[in-house]
This record gives sequence, C-alpha cells and structure tokens, in this order.
Amino acid sequence: MRQITLSTAVNEAIAEEMRRDETIFLIGEDVAEAGTPFKITSGLVEEFGTDRVIDTPISEPGFMGIAVGAAMTGSRPIVDLMFGDFIFLIMDQLCNQAAKTHYMSGGKLNVPLVLRTNMGATRRSAAQHSQSLHAIVAHIPGLKVAMPSSALEAKGLLKTAIRDNNPVVIFEDKLMYQDKAEVPEGELLIPFGVANVKREGADITLVGTSSMVQVAEKAAEILAAEGISAEVIDPRTIVPLDMDTINTSVRKTSRCIVIDEGHQSFGITSEIASRIMEQSFYYLDGPVVRMGAMDVPIPFSPALEDITVPTPERVVAVARRLMAGEMINAT
Amino acid sequence: MSDMKTNTEDYLRMYRQMVRIRSFEDQANQLYLSAKMPGLTHMYSGEEAVAVGICEALKVTDKITSTHRGHGHCVAKGADFKQMFCELLGKEEGYCRGKGGSMHIADQSNGNLGANAIVGGSMGIATGSALSAKRLGRDDVTVCFFGDGATAQGLMYEVMNMAALWSLPIIYACENNGYSEYTRTDEIAAGSITGRAEAFGIEAFKVDGQNVLAVNELAQKLVARCRKGEGPFFIELETYRYHGHHVGDINREYYRSKDEEKGWHADRDPITNFSKWLISQGIADQDELDSMQVKIKSEATAAVAYALDAHYPDVREVDMHVFAETP
Repeated sequence: MRQITLSTAVNEAIAEEMRRDETIFLIGEDVAEAGTPFKITSGLVEEFGTDRVIDTPISEPGFMGIAVGAAMTGSRPIVDLMFGDFIFLIMDQLCNQAAKTHYMSGGKLNVPLVLRTNMGATRRSAAQHSQSLHAIVAHIPGLKVAMPSSALEAKGLLKTAIRDNNPVVIFEDKLMYQDKAEVPEGELLIPFGVANVKREGADITLVGTSSMVQVAEKAAEILAAEGISAEVIDPRTIVPLDMDTINTSVRKTSRCIVIDEGHQSFGITSEIASRIMEQSFYYLDGPVVRMGAMDVPIPFSPALEDITVPTPERVVAVARRLMAGEMINAT
Repeated sequence: MSDMKTNTEDYLRMYRQMVRIRSFEDQANQLYLSAKMPGLTHMYSGEEAVAVGICEALKVTDKITSTHRGHGHCVAKGADFKQMFCELLGKEEGYCRGKGGSMHIADQSNGNLGANAIVGGSMGIATGSALSAKRLGRDDVTVCFFGDGATAQGLMYEVMNMAALWSLPIIYACENNGYSEYTRTDEIAAGSITGRAEAFGIEAFKVDGQNVLAVNELAQKLVARCRKGEGPFFIELETYRYHGHHVGDINREYYRSKDEEKGWHADRDPITNFSKWLISQGIADQDELDSMQVKIKSEATAAVAYALDAHYPDVREVDMHVFAETP
C-alpha cells in the first residue's frame, strides 16, 4: 500500500471534502499561497481559489468568530490555527460561542466547524509554541476532540470531523507532519469514539494519545524482549472517549499506564485513569499510572525540554515497577 | 395614493412594534420585581426606535445578532410574545426550550442568530454570517447590534478589518446609550466611535436613535447598498436606556442622575414623539393609538399568564442538545 506523510494526508482530506461539498471553506493565517508554515495546505488555493481558501490577518479571535457565524448560517468552515498555543487567544469564540450555541438555542442552531491545530514539544520552540492543550478543550461540553496518531488517522478523522455537525477540534502533533504511514487510496472515514487496539498483549495496557501511541509501541517492543506483554490502545478521539475498549483491555491485563503529552495535572491522563478506576477497579492488580508532560512551562534548552515529555524508556521503567508490584509516583 | 397607503401601514407597524417592545419589557420588569422570573434581565425600554427602525428595513431572511439587552431586537425581528416569555421563565415552549433564557434568546425562524451574554461576543458571528451570505450567493444582509461598551472589545476591530477587506454585507449598529454597565461611556471611550470604523475605510454614520423614521431611512439605504455589494457600514445610534444596567440596578444615582433620566423621558421618548408625528401627519388619531396600546398590553398580559402556566422542560432534557445529531 502507498505511504504518505501526515501533512499530505491532511491536505488530501481537505481537498477531497472541498470537492464534495461547496459549503466548505478553509480560513486562517497564511493558508493560501504560503500553504501554512508547515506547508500543509499547499496547492489548495490553486484548485479552490481565494474564495474558498481564505488568508486572514493575524487576528485569531476574529477569524474564529467569523467561522462560528459562518457555520451557523450554512457554511462548513475549516479553521487553521497555526499553533495550538494560540488557542488561548480564541477561547471566548471557541468555548463560550461555538461550544454552547447548539445547547443554548435548544438545538435550533448548529455550528459545524473544524478547528485544526497542533501540539507537541521537543521542537525547540519554547513555552509559547510547544504546548499540548487538548485537555482544556476537552473540558468544555459541546466540543469534540480528535488526536490523530498517524497519517491514516489524520486523514480519516479529519474527513469525519468535516462531516460532523458540531465543532470539532483536531490536534495534530507538529513533529509528525513528515512521518509516513500506509494510507489507502480513496474514501477513508474513521468514526469518532472508536479506539484502536494497536498491539495486543496480556500483562499491561498502555493507553497513548497522538505521538504517545508511538512512544507506547516502542515501549511495548522493549518490554516484549523482557517477557512483558503490553497491549497498546489509541483512543483516537478523547471526546467522545471509547471506554469500552479501554476497560476490556484493562480487565484482561489488570495493569495500565496512560500516556499523553498534555501536562499531567488535571489532564487527559487523570481523566482516563479515574474512569478506569471507577469502572474497572476490582479487575486491577495495581494503581493506574498517569504519564503526562511535566507540570512546567516547556523550556527552550534541549537539555531541559527533552525530559519534560514521556519517552519509551521512562514508560518501560514504570511498567517494570508496576509488574513488580511497586508503588509508583511516575513523575 | 398607493404609496401613501403603504407608508401609512409601514408607519403604523413601526409604532406597533415599538409599543410591543415597551409592553414586553414592562411585563418582564414586573416578573422580576414580583420574583416570578429566575435570574436577572436587561431592559431595552427607551431604545425601541433603534431595533424597530433597523429591523423594519430587513427581510425575514436577513440576519441579526443581538446582545444581553436583546428583547427589543428579538421582538423587532418578528418574534412571538408567548415563546419569548416562556424562554424568560425557563419553560419548554420557549424559543430555546428554556436553555438560553433572556441573555441567549435566538429565533432562527426570523433570522435572529441569538443574543449574547459576552459583551461584543457576537461580532465575529455576525461577520461570519455576512461571509456565508456572500460566499453562498445569498443576498442576505446581517446587522450586528452591540452597545457602546462593546466598542472597547478588541474583537470588534479584528472583524471590522476583515469585513472591510472582503466587502461583506454587514451593518455594525452601535447602540450608544451613554453607559457602559455602571460607567459613563465618555469615561471609557477615547476619541470618536465612528472614527474607529472610518479607520478601516468603513463608511460610518451617526443618527438620532430616538427617531424611528431617521433610523429606518438610513437603515433602508444601507441595507440596499449592502445588497449591491457596497458593505460593510457602521451606524452609531444615540439612544438611552430607561432602566439601569439590569432590572436590579435600581439605586443608580452614583453614576446617573434622576434629572437626566427625567429629561430623556420627557423630551426624547421614541414612542411619544413618534405618536405626536403620526397624529400631526393625520396618519392616526390619539384614540386609535391608545386602543392599539391597550390591545398590545392585553396581548402581553395574556402571554405572561400563558408562560407562567407553561411546563418546565422535563429533567431528561438536561443533557440533550450538547451535541447536534450527525446523520
């Protein structure tokens, strides 16, 4: 099967959907001729014109608000937010307006829009261009949150998001844009709320999101060599969250580490761990362990930055201790 | 002669709509004072000529966005009393099934995209509605209502910039009632308000917001120009809110004198002044106008009684409408 980069997968998803539905337009900073700083939307303006691939001023709240209003009136905008860190600039439009409009109107108004943005540290971009802020969005009722872990998910989840009648936020890991994966030609839709069992195992479950799926898979390989059989689960969307697949796995393995690149405190790892403990407590042989980014602003220095995020080696170390029945304080 | 007749009907409809807003607000205030309404509300009384003058220049398919002081916009755009009072009281038959309340009333059937409890929060939505209309080839015009207080929000400048760059069919209607919550607007607004729109190359106008004919005449011109692709436009409407910031803001002499309030009531009431004009032009006599008022008041009273008796939503509705269905 052909292999394409995550960047190409996103580009294909947008182009295919825009060909299918005239009401879709793309809006954001430098999305047209520049194709974004990551060159993800290159070529789209040539095919669809500046009427549908709309460059904006550097006005994130402005174009986000415009997208909300357009979505309420028959359009299906795809918003490109250049860095996930800029989500703080658009919080009112995203969380007070987009998320609540359907509910506040008693179901009469819809906001079918997609906000594409990114996440991920270790790019030497320092504290304001490296954050993984999906937990903040996931906290607000009315927003769906997708976290693709490869080019395949990037394409399939984005196409599903574009067809969803709700605001959907997609966090792509900016370090994975050039990573290739097998992606079939033609239509590809990945449903929301369906986790993917990436690797089957019997002794311990590793739940990972986005790039942490790769971290979990590498950790599973190392553990396999030591005779520990790890199961790896990629939830793919955190809102909605497929707890059935996670619970089934944890009830089988009796141990679990949840790995995510958001800050560990009050984050996705806490939410998933707490649901496992509520729903599968009597099947567990040890505490569910959270591994998130350290609770520090992302530092610039490579010597510091690299230790802020979970690595396969650290996951392996925690897994060994869990298997040995030790108490864990992961960070 | 046929033109005259049409105008007569238009004038009387504008009068009726202003009286409907005033009656609605009088009832809403009573609901608050008698502790029958949950929460607070913000009265539009005194500003009727703004909403009516503008909305009477719009078609049902044209869109508006409204504010926390939004009952007037909702009535003027064609909403029904019963569904509005039901919404104010949190009842199932309300426009939003009781989930929005006074500050979030939306009436999609008449193009009202909703009131907004974030000051200036709907400016992006209104501008996006105009972008949709232009892109999808509809001739809709969108009016973004907001108060003078919202001119202090950065969002306004971001979206006016884009509306001007993209020639969007939108009218930014600034209802300048002189007070930004509990503070005089001249204490928080530097320079000129229309000058801010003009900085983006947007044609801006100032009009007496107590004169429904002046407002309507300007709105008709600008709506027609928007439909021809000449938008966006900006209007500053000088007006006055009779009540405080909200219904509970009763002791307000620390920021606004009673004399000032009396002066606006006596000299610049939009309904009283328009009724004098209607009589002087021979369009209606005092008896006709009085009987219209009585009829509207009884409609409002009946709608309140209906809403007080109406059902609350079933508790099972609490987690409905968080997400829309996707077929």
